[in-house]
Amino acid sequence: MRTISYSDALREALTEELRRDGNVFVMGEDIGPYGGAFGVTRGMLDTFGPQRVIDTPISEAGFVGIAVGASLMGSRPVVEIMFMDFIPLAMDPIVNQAAKLRYVYGPQAKCPIVIRAAAGGGRRYGPTHSQTFESWFMHTPGLTVVAPATPADAKGLLKSAIRDDNPVIFIEQKSLYSTRGPVPKTSRTTIPIGKARIAVEGEDITIIGWGRGAIEAEAAAAQLEEDGIRAEVLDLRTLKPLDMQTIAESVRKTGRVIITDESPRVCSVSSEIGCRIFEDVFDYLDAPIKRVTTPDVPIPASPILEDAALPGRADIVRAARELTG
Amino acid sequence: MLVIRRFEERVEELFSKGLIAGTAHPAIGQEATAVGVCDSLRKGDYVTSTHRGHGHFIACGGDPSRIMAELFGKETGYSRGRGGSQVMADFKLGFLGANGITGGSIALATGAALSLKQKGTQGLVVCFFGDGAANQGSFHESLNMAAIWKVPVLFVCENNRYAMSMNVEDSMAITDIARRADSYGIPGTAVDGNDLRAVLDVTRKACRRARDGEGPTLIECKTYRRSGHSRGDPRKYRSREEEQAWARRDPIAALAKTLRREGILSSEVDQEIKANVRRIVSAAVKFAKQSPDPDPATLLDGVTV
Repeated sequence: MRTISYSDALREALTEELRRDGNVFVMGEDIGPYGGAFGVTRGMLDTFGPQRVIDTPISEAGFVGIAVGASLMGSRPVVEIMFMDFIPLAMDPIVNQAAKLRYVYGPQAKCPIVIRAAAGGGRRYGPTHSQTFESWFMHTPGLTVVAPATPADAKGLLKSAIRDDNPVIFIEQKSLYSTRGPVPKTSRTTIPIGKARIAVEGEDITIIGWGRGAIEAEAAAAQLEEDGIRAEVLDLRTLKPLDMQTIAESVRKTGRVIITDESPRVCSVSSEIGCRIFEDVFDYLDAPIKRVTTPDVPIPASPILEDAALPGRADIVRAARELTG
Repeated sequence: MLVIRRFEERVEELFSKGLIAGTAHPAIGQEATAVGVCDSLRKGDYVTSTHRGHGHFIACGGDPSRIMAELFGKETGYSRGRGGSQVMADFKLGFLGANGITGGSIALATGAALSLKQKGTQGLVVCFFGDGAANQGSFHESLNMAAIWKVPVLFVCENNRYAMSMNVEDSMAITDIARRADSYGIPGTAVDGNDLRAVLDVTRKACRRARDGEGPTLIECKTYRRSGHSRGDPRKYRSREEEQAWARRDPIAALAKTLRREGILSSEVDQEIKANVRRIVSAAVKFAKQSPDPDPATLLDGVTV
């Protein structure tokens, strides 16, 4: 299979869905001639024109709300948030409007909007351009939250998200855009929302991650194998709905769990997963759950400090050795 | 207009008796803006509303019985008791929903209108909001984008002089909100919002402009919220003299006077209308009282994730 980058995979998904369905359009800041801050929409303005590739002023609350309104009329907007750090500006249309429409207005209301947000650290961008806020959205009933780690999943999940009739928060970690991987060329392949992927099979310990965390977990598993520790790596792919079945099956097998999470520790996705494991499969745990997360700190700009803040493969390996030692 | 007035009066009464829980914001005194604007619309047009939305919904053809049932939290309400006073909609009527967030509907209306434009329909969207919402960021962001993309939307500001308790003179340094249209390069018109015919006239012009592809208009309807903001508002922030002065400019009384003077409204027709309205509102209350409560087992219905 051919190998392409994560951003190329996203562009393919957008292009294919814009061709397939005339109701789909993309909007966001600098997504036209500039091609998006991370190049995802490069060339799309020329292909589809300004009616379907809409460059917006710097007005996150406004254009996210506009996308929600358009979705009520049957359009299927895909909004790009240049940095997820800017999404707090648009919390009202997401949390108070989009997330609640189906519940309060019943089946007459469909809100097929996808909000793509470039998240995460590792690029030395500092405290207001490096954050991940997935837990905020998981905490809001009515929102689907997706965070693919590989180019193939980025493409397949974005296509599924665009076809979903309800709002989807689509998290793209910036450090993944240039990573490459095999991606099917066909436009028919989609990846279902709500299904985790067993990235590595193993029996000794379960390592749960998503986005960059899943890539780091895979790298950690390779190192652990050299020590004779066979780790199972779960790449969640979708955070809400959470694939508890796959998580529970793995924990029943291994009895030991590490959750890696790039967001600050308190009330993070890792908190929720840990709690759910306690609720569902406590009896199978042979050791306390370990979380490998960013501490409760803003992400600093200095490379030395940022590296100290973000969890990585070495931290996962260390935690795994403690749990299995 | 009279249905809205009597409906809202009954809502206030039912609140004081404890028959309706939660909150509701009556639109007494603002009926001419709701009716004047909505009467200018046709099939394929849409309306978004505010926390003070019963009147807009009724003006769009909303069923007073189902609105009242929603206020009672009943299964037969427009949102099956899930939304309450500020959260109900009927897309088939073109009513895209009231909104519990001040200014929350402005971007939504703009987006709905953008979608209509993309699809090449002749439809337009009316966005009601108040003087308070005109100070939200979403107002400015939405008007700007609607202007640059020439979106078929009418921004109808019901300036009722109070954002809850804050007088409009204390919340902005200009007297006409309509002037803010200049900042976005669109027409802005201030109109007596208590004069039904003036509202109709201004709205029709703005509709023509929108349908001709020329883009949005900002209409400021100067009116007055004759009741308190919501239940239990003692209205300490304004004088009874001011209220009496506005009572003399009541939109319904003014319209009736004009129609009588012109020989259009006879006292028999007047009596007939009043009796009809009484029947509609009584039936709404009866329907709401007799309707079943939602089944707690349906709590999670409609939660997709």
